[in-house]
Amino acid sequence: MSTPPRVNTAPLRKLRRQRIAIQVACVAITAFMVLPIYLIALAAFSSRSALNEFPQRFVPSAFSTETMSTFLNSTGVIPGLVNSVLVGIATLVVSLLVGAPAGYAIARFAFPGRNNYQLFLLFTRALPIVVLSVPLAQLFLTAGVYDTPLAVTLLHTALALPTTILLTASVFLAVPVDAEEAARIFGCTPVGAFLRVVLPLALPGVAAASIFTFVMSWNEVLGATILTLNQRTLPAQVLSSLSDSPLAFRFAGGFFLIVPAIIFIAVMRKYLLNMWGTTIR
Amino acid sequence: MTGPPIVRRPKRRLSAAFLLILPSIIFMLLLFAWPMVSGVLQAVRSPDGFSMTYINRMLADPGFWAAVRNTLLLIVVLLPLQFMLALAMALLLQARPKGQGVYFYLWAVPLGVSDLAAGLVWLSIFADRGYLNSVMDALGIGPVSWLSYENYGSMFLAVVIAELWRATSLVMVIVVSGMQGIPKDYDEAANVFGATYLQRLRHVWLPLLKPSLQVALILRTILAFQTFAVAQALTGQDFQVLVGETYRWYTALQNPNVASALALVVMAVSMLAAVVYLRLLREDTGSGKR
Repeated sequence: MSTPPRVNTAPLRKLRRQRIAIQVACVAITAFMVLPIYLIALAAFSSRSALNEFPQRFVPSAFSTETMSTFLNSTGVIPGLVNSVLVGIATLVVSLLVGAPAGYAIARFAFPGRNNYQLFLLFTRALPIVVLSVPLAQLFLTAGVYDTPLAVTLLHTALALPTTILLTASVFLAVPVDAEEAARIFGCTPVGAFLRVVLPLALPGVAAASIFTFVMSWNEVLGATILTLNQRTLPAQVLSSLSDSPLAFRFAGGFFLIVPAIIFIAVMRKYLLNMWGTTIR
Repeated sequence: MTGPPIVRRPKRRLSAAFLLILPSIIFMLLLFAWPMVSGVLQAVRSPDGFSMTYINRMLADPGFWAAVRNTLLLIVVLLPLQFMLALAMALLLQARPKGQGVYFYLWAVPLGVSDLAAGLVWLSIFADRGYLNSVMDALGIGPVSWLSYENYGSMFLAVVIAELWRATSLVMVIVVSGMQGIPKDYDEAANVFGATYLQRLRHVWLPLLKPSLQVALILRTILAFQTFAVAQALTGQDFQVLVGETYRWYTALQNPNVASALALVVMAVSMLAAVVYLRLLREDTGSGKR
């Protein structure tokens, strides 16, 4: 048997080293992104006495719901949670009712002023929330809706509307016109064709857009705090009681606020790139 | 009977489109235009006509200048770090490591986290009896009060790290989706002609990614001017930022007029930044083509 020919393995080894370096970098970044979430979860499920220990333990010593249940039983937290869910759902519904038709118009009609309208939408997205909140608080006071979930819903809808319009426009664009026209030829009215053909096809995308709206509303803090006094949403309640609440309350609040985010990103994984990538322009 | 429908059709379409967008226009006029106008009036009008009272009061407050300094410093330090990290993340995913789907998901999670929650997460790490001090203690280096107002540097660092954690995902997602739109051919051609990785990055990827980076830069700058709840959760009012000052004037000091003036400052600087970026980056591409 002849000896096998000598092969230069240097490039191969280099490639392997590269692969390993890439994996190490990926793991390091993942640690930076995930470790804080692990730590807040750990803090949220430690007992109060464990939180007062120093140094803190990095592995769960004893699972305890004491901190979480204290948080949930604090004044204003459950009503805040109810308000947050209420406002989130109302925002989602109103912004779809107002926004989806406009998105459909952008996707299907070449009306004069369409570009200006889209530009206007982009401009409104760039407006800081704080610019709207303070004057809106005055307006809502005079209109008698200050400190109601309705007031927060209106603000959140205003914030979500441009995004909803642009997202639904891109969703409707992806539904073939031919299908709609075929329905019309077979005798559907425009509304009928929309309801029977376009809507079922667009539903997954529209659902994604609504989840996005809900999370935006769930996360919005500043406007909700300025527009309410007693009818706080959950983040507003946490923010306004920050200075006079124990650390345990804040950790539990932080963890509780994060949970929907984790679920949201998990559900939306496939849509993420389209959402923030394409339509953001 | 073929005449009338053809003539009527464009008109009908126009009115249909108009009817469809009308509700959104009314809504936006009521909730964007009206508050904006009344916000300006609130800031410059006192009971007896036009006056600079509120603006002068805002300028005379030492907190305002501290907030301007902190906000600008935060942007100058945070954004370069954030863009470098986001680019690194996108390029790592581009190399298709094993488990890239999992990495992408985990790196995107902070995207859904609010600024308040992010501040609270990092509070558990930077607090006096927090996790970072526990590690330092184990290493035998004494605990540090990271968030004390006496340690401006470490307080600033904590805010930067929390913001880096929370908002880099957004930049990453924009860059990754920009990368997906770029054909691999350019990179492969450069590779065949012997360009090193850094050369390809400098001459192929970065120029092609410019539109995405530009969008991300404008967006992040506007959002960075609105940094608020992270600083609030980590430091209370010790690390002042512009929006935090607006909040303080509105809630603690009960002066909506000065709060409006501050809000207008935030809006003006974000608009200004957007215009400057668009100008600079456009000129840059123009000279590049020549």
